[in-house]
This record gives sequence, C-alpha cells and structure tokens, in this order.
Amino acid sequence: MAEFINASNVTFKYENQEDDGTTTYNTVLKGVSMQVNKGEFVALLGHNGCGKSTMAKLFNALQVPESGTVTVDGIDTADDQRVYDVRRRVGLVLQNPDNQLVASIVEEDVAFGPENLGVPPKEIRQRVDDALRAVDMYEYRTHAPHKLSGGQKQRVAIAGIIAMEPKCIVLDEPTAMLDPRGRDEVMNTIIKLNREKGITIILITHYMDEAVLADRIIVMDDGRVLTQGTPKEVFSQVELLKRHKLDVPQSTQLAYDLMSCGFKVDNMPLNPQECTQYLLQLLKKYS
Amino acid sequence: MSIIETQNLKLVYGADTPFEKTAVDDVSFKIEEGDFVGVIGHTGSGKSTLVQMLNGLIKPTQGKVLLNGIDIWKEPKKIRKIRFKVGMVFQYPEYQLFEETVAKDIAFGPKNMGLNDEEIKQRVTGAARFVGLNNELLLKSPFDLSGGEKRRAAIAGVIAMDPDVLILDEPTAGLDPNGRDVLLAEIAQYHKTRKNTVLLVSHSMEDIAKTADKILVMNKSHMVMLDTTQNVFSKGEQLTKMGLKIPQITQIMMNIKNTGYPVSSGVLTVEQALKQLLPLLTNEKNIKQKRGSK
Amino acid sequence: MISDIAIGQFFPGKSPVHRLDPRMKVLLLIGYIVFIFITFNYFALGLMALSVLAIVLMTKIPVKMYVKGLKAIIFIVLFTSVLNLFYGTGTPLWQWGFLKITLAGINNAIFISIRIVSLILISCVLTFTTSPTDLTDALERLMKPLNFFHIKVHEIAMMMTIALRFVPTLLEETDKIMNAQKARGADMETGNLLTRVKALIPVLIPLFVSAFRRAYDLAVAMECRCYQGGGGRTRMKTLHMGKTDVMAVVFTLLLLTGVILCNTLLPATIR
Repeated sequence: MAEFINASNVTFKYENQEDDGTTTYNTVLKGVSMQVNKGEFVALLGHNGCGKSTMAKLFNALQVPESGTVTVDGIDTADDQRVYDVRRRVGLVLQNPDNQLVASIVEEDVAFGPENLGVPPKEIRQRVDDALRAVDMYEYRTHAPHKLSGGQKQRVAIAGIIAMEPKCIVLDEPTAMLDPRGRDEVMNTIIKLNREKGITIILITHYMDEAVLADRIIVMDDGRVLTQGTPKEVFSQVELLKRHKLDVPQSTQLAYDLMSCGFKVDNMPLNPQECTQYLLQLLKKYS
Repeated sequence: MSIIETQNLKLVYGADTPFEKTAVDDVSFKIEEGDFVGVIGHTGSGKSTLVQMLNGLIKPTQGKVLLNGIDIWKEPKKIRKIRFKVGMVFQYPEYQLFEETVAKDIAFGPKNMGLNDEEIKQRVTGAARFVGLNNELLLKSPFDLSGGEKRRAAIAGVIAMDPDVLILDEPTAGLDPNGRDVLLAEIAQYHKTRKNTVLLVSHSMEDIAKTADKILVMNKSHMVMLDTTQNVFSKGEQLTKMGLKIPQITQIMMNIKNTGYPVSSGVLTVEQALKQLLPLLTNEKNIKQKRGSK
Repeated sequence: MISDIAIGQFFPGKSPVHRLDPRMKVLLLIGYIVFIFITFNYFALGLMALSVLAIVLMTKIPVKMYVKGLKAIIFIVLFTSVLNLFYGTGTPLWQWGFLKITLAGINNAIFISIRIVSLILISCVLTFTTSPTDLTDALERLMKPLNFFHIKVHEIAMMMTIALRFVPTLLEETDKIMNAQKARGADMETGNLLTRVKALIPVLIPLFVSAFRRAYDLAVAMECRCYQGGGGRTRMKTLHMGKTDVMAVVFTLLLLTGVILCNTLLPATIR
C-alpha cells in the first residue's frame, strides 16, 4: 500500500514561561516514527499527555517537529511555502464541537474551507451539498449550529473538512464530549468516509471500543510509540497495556482472565459478539 | 424517612409558547439515606432537569421535592440553604473555577455558608484530601492545573460544603480511562467514608455498574425504573429499546444465559462474570477429566 | 433563561421581502429612514406609515413578533413624546405652572411617536427577514469601497460573523456557570448594587477564561481550514439583483414622489 504520511524520528517540546521569568521545556515527543498508508484507518491510542494530540498538529503543519521529519503525500510539513498544500490534504477535527464552527448557518460553515481555497461559487455549492449528504446532515443545512446536538455539530465539522476534499482526516478525540448516541453517529460517519470515499482516517481516541474498529492501532505512551498492529495484535498484549494504565475492552479482559486461568484463547475477542462465541465454544468443549 | 422524596414532579419549559416542552413528567420516587444511585437515560430524557430540581436550581411546575420530609420550596427565600444540603457538581465543573488559588476556590461554597475561618480551612483540606489534591496544588492558580486536577478541584468545591446529598452530573466526561478510574474510586471512597447519599448521572453504564447500588432510569421525561443495579441491568433488552447501552460484560453474560447456561442476568463486572463462569468450566473440566481417566 | 433574549432574530420565510437582495434591503432601509424624517404633514407621514404597515404585512411574519419588538422601546416612545408634548410653542391649550400644552406640542408628540414606531418596524423588517449571515455579507460587500481608505472591511465582517455564531453559545454558557455558582451558594439576587456586582465575579471570570479557550480553538480550526484572511477568498453565495429588487426600487421611488408631493402641495404641520 502506498505510504501517505511518514513521521520519522520526530521530537517536539513545548516552551513554558514560568512566573519567575525562566523558561522550562516540556518534551512531549521523544523520537516518534510512524507511517500511515493511503486509505487506511488508524487509531492513535494513549492517555492524556502521551503526545497524541501533538502528533495531530504535526500531521497538518500546525506545528513542525523540532527534529526529525513529517511528510504528507511527499511534502515536508516544515516547508513554509507548502503549508496550505499540506492542510488541504490533511483536515483536522477537534474535540469540542462548539469551538470549530465559524458561521451561524450550517451550510455557510461547511462552505468556509472551500471559500478560503478560492473555489468557484458553483463548485462550492456542489461540494457543500455533497459533504452534508456524506455526513447525513443535508436536511439541517439551513439550521443554526448552536441548536444542534453534539453529534450533529461534530458531523457538520467533519463536513466542513470533507468539503475541502482532503485525502486524509485527523480527528482529535472527536467523541470525547458526546453522549453514546452522538458517539455512534460520528463513528459511523468516519467508517463510511473511510470505506466509501477511501479517505485516510487517523482517529485519536481513548475509547477502546472505537479503536477496535480501526485497521491498525498505534499505542503511544510518554512521547513514544509503545506498540502497534491490528486491533487483535494490540489488545492481545493485555499486560503491556495494563502496565501503562491503558484499558482493554471488557470482552478482551474476560478472555484474557480465562487465559490466565489456563484456558486457551486462539482468537482474541474484541467485542461482545466474539466474546460470546468464544465462551459458548469453551462451555461446549468442557461439557 | 427517605432523605429525598419527590411527589408527582413535573417541569414544563416555555409554557404557553410554541416551544412548550415537558422535560419531566409525574416523577415520584424515594431515595434512602446512604444510597448510591446511578441516574441514566439518554440526552433529552429529562435526567439533568430532574437532578437540578432536587437542589432547587429549577422550581418544579408541579409536584414537590421533600428533603428529610420537608418541602424544599416551603420557604422560597431559604432555597439557598437547600443547595448546601444537596450539593451539585455540574458537567465539566472545571469551567466554574475562578479564584486566585485552588484553596480559595474550594472555600467559595463554605464561605457562602457563613462558616468561620477555622472551619473553612478544615473543610478545604478535608475536601482536597478526598479528591487527592495535595497541599502544594492548593496554593496554585486553578488555571495552572492539568485537566484532571481542575476537575477534581471543582468537585472538592462542592464536597467542601459537606452536603447530605451529593449529585454529580457526568463527572468523568472527557477524562481518559485512567483518570476516569481514579476519579470513580475517589467518589466511591467518599461515599464509603461519609456514608451520605450520592447521585451519579452518567452515560457510561460501565461507570454506573462499578459504583452504584441502585439505578434510576429516565426515559422521555418519565421515570421508568428505580431498582438495584443488578435488577436494572438484568432488563437489558428494555434498556436497549430506550437507546441505552448496557456494559459489554452484562451483554455477554446475558447472551450466555439466553443460550441456557445457569448464569445470573445482572452481571456487572468482569470479576463477577469470572466468578460465575469458572465453576461452570472447572466443574465440567473435572467431570470430563474423570470420564477421560475411566 | 438568558438565552431567550432574541438578538437579531430572524424568521425564515419565502415572502417577496425575504427574497430581496440583502444589499438592496440595507439600502432601502436607509432610504425609508430618511423618508420617514422628511415628512412634514400628516398626509406624508400617513403615507409612509401605511407603506411601512403594508411591508410589515407582506413579510407574513406574525404581527405579534413586531409588537414584541415595539414593546422593548415603548418607554422611549412615551418619554420622547411626553417631552415633545410640553415643548411646543404657541398659544397654550392647557397650562399648569411652567408646564403647558400647545397644539404644536400635540402635533410634535404624535409625529415623533409615529416616526419612531415606523422606524422600529421597518428596521425589524430588515432583521426579521434577513439572516444575520446575509446581513453581514451585504454589509461587507456594500462597504467594500472603504478598503480604499485602508479600513479592513473583510476582517470586520469576519468578526461580526464569529460574534453572531458565538453569542448564543456564550449566553448558554453564562446560564450554566451561573447555575454552577448558585449551587455553591452564590447569591446573585439580593443585596445592594455593589454586592451584586461583586457577585458577578464568579460568573465573569470563568466566562472570560472560556471565551479565550474557545477563541484559541477556533483560531486553530480556522487555520486548519486554510483561512488566510480576505485575499483570494471566494464566496459560495453570489448575490444578484432580480425582478423583486427592481419592483422594490420602483415602489420606493413612487413612495418618495408621493412624500415629496404631499410635502410641497399641502401645508406643513410641523417645522
């Protein structure tokens, strides 16, 4: 598969001005390398402060690495001349759905990105309609954003990115502030965009049940990549994850506990269906 | 006597306008002293409105809220006193921090109660201890704390009023799994030590399963259930119909039960599941081994 | 709830007034305001007032809403008309001490109240039938020539757009913070002015902090969406004048002629 984003040996630190006038540094990335392929759905997992949000900002040139390089579609994000080339390829959706909508009408907001890119009016109209349909918000195109639910606002934010026709969308904890229904709406939208439009997705989250939906999971801890692989590969390493205070889905936890009691687990279950199936097999085998 | 009782509670927003909406309708329940009640229901079910009526922030259109048997709106001028007895932690409470130091912010509630300096100091240190904030943090500006610390400082601000009933609205929203677990453990510890009544409003069934003894379910502005956690979660299908998700582990064990295995239906944690499954598996394992040896 | 306050309330609809180009609406509003103030006798004033009423009815927005809009300024209307009532010159019809009412005074009072009411109604027509975004858009385009004087028209319009977007959000937030502080026993309803102002501090500080946080987030989001200021930007909505606009202009010109005729042919009631 073709490589789309490549971060190689990236370090990054934030500067803090202390009250006494001295400057302290907070190193958040300590040599991170990762690749994301075209069309892939990657989940970036890790708890707060592990550097995953900084990665999101590096991917669309909001920040540039202190050392190491990040390339997007072959473009070095540190190249000042090409910042906007990077940003039109990689869109970013933030956590708080209230804070990223600019206009007081849904369709005007979705049009904001293409307008900035200087797209002709007729084409903007087309793109806006398409984008709103893609996130199932077309009927709400003339509504005011503050009257929508969290999940709906977040989908409008996603539409605003899609209208710029990016190749990749980075979502930084897009569901953290949503209720379960809103989370489902947003996750379904993300999966649909990935499968139907072939948009590369990088989902930053700390919900395990969302991460299991990805093609590949990259786990970060303390500014480094801890482990990566398919959801099954990653969640099989229950001990490693627990040691770093990360969660595993309850389905996996149960299978893992049974495994430590001496039962064999061939195929790590990641969701209730798989786990039920596994348990039924187990119960059948021993009766 | 129940610590909190509601009688036919009803709240209508925007009465006599085209936007009229009944948020809470005919809700009557009793909560006993020392209960840890989880309040669930999806967005718009009326649960947030309901809990805000319990501490007099919203005045019911109809019906009564009784605190220790006394109508809280008997003397509307003294409603502020009710708010000290029924403490309320709102969603994302860190956005209410405003003082120069964390200690001063936690002291805001006790100060409004009119306590003396010595008492206030004790309340502040006591509340800070419950939420795991050390003395060094108390002297910092609340705006210099990390997200999780801010959240805990804000919760301490309500705990410091030493309410008889503590209501928390989505206290773990937006925290990472570790932060969530730590905070829930602190709340559980607080409940255990103070032995007071706690109401936890949450979308996370896992959180509720871990902490609550009883669950109150709201659906379309009505209260549909108030029962022990186990009993409520054993009605998984009913909850799913209301758009609520039961914990994964409860779902799995329900599936196993439905297939005909003798497990109970309201399993709440992985440990409980394991306890039920292991005897089944090992018994059968042993029997099989015996058969094999014959 | 605070968030019930209607700011620039807009009622979507399909009436001819709704369909007018927002730029035209702004220009016409300015025209009507001028006309209202160059009426010097009851015929001219009546003509204007009736036209305004006709336009109000044409919007097909419940008259109740306009009445609501008027209620807010009823005090100003009463105050200015009473003031005018006692300010007339000429032979007094009634006198008590230094207070006297003259025919000119009565005429002034009636004129000023009808003028203000018409003014409010016609302004309401603009805000009720034009979405805030369209209004901002129209103002941005109408003020474009000001760029020549180094006035940053696009930036001002962008600020207005963002303000419109965030006012409801911040009002909602104010409500939430007030409730949270009330839950901690904050007393915002009693006490003298000073204590009440002090009681607002626990609300205002979190509100400012949150507004800055939102502003930071928004800036990031706008940068992500390739915002680089007004240069090189296109707009989805293109404004163009249509048949309705031409009709509106013709109607307005006829009205202007009517007012001028009334003013010149008939004696002036007020000076």
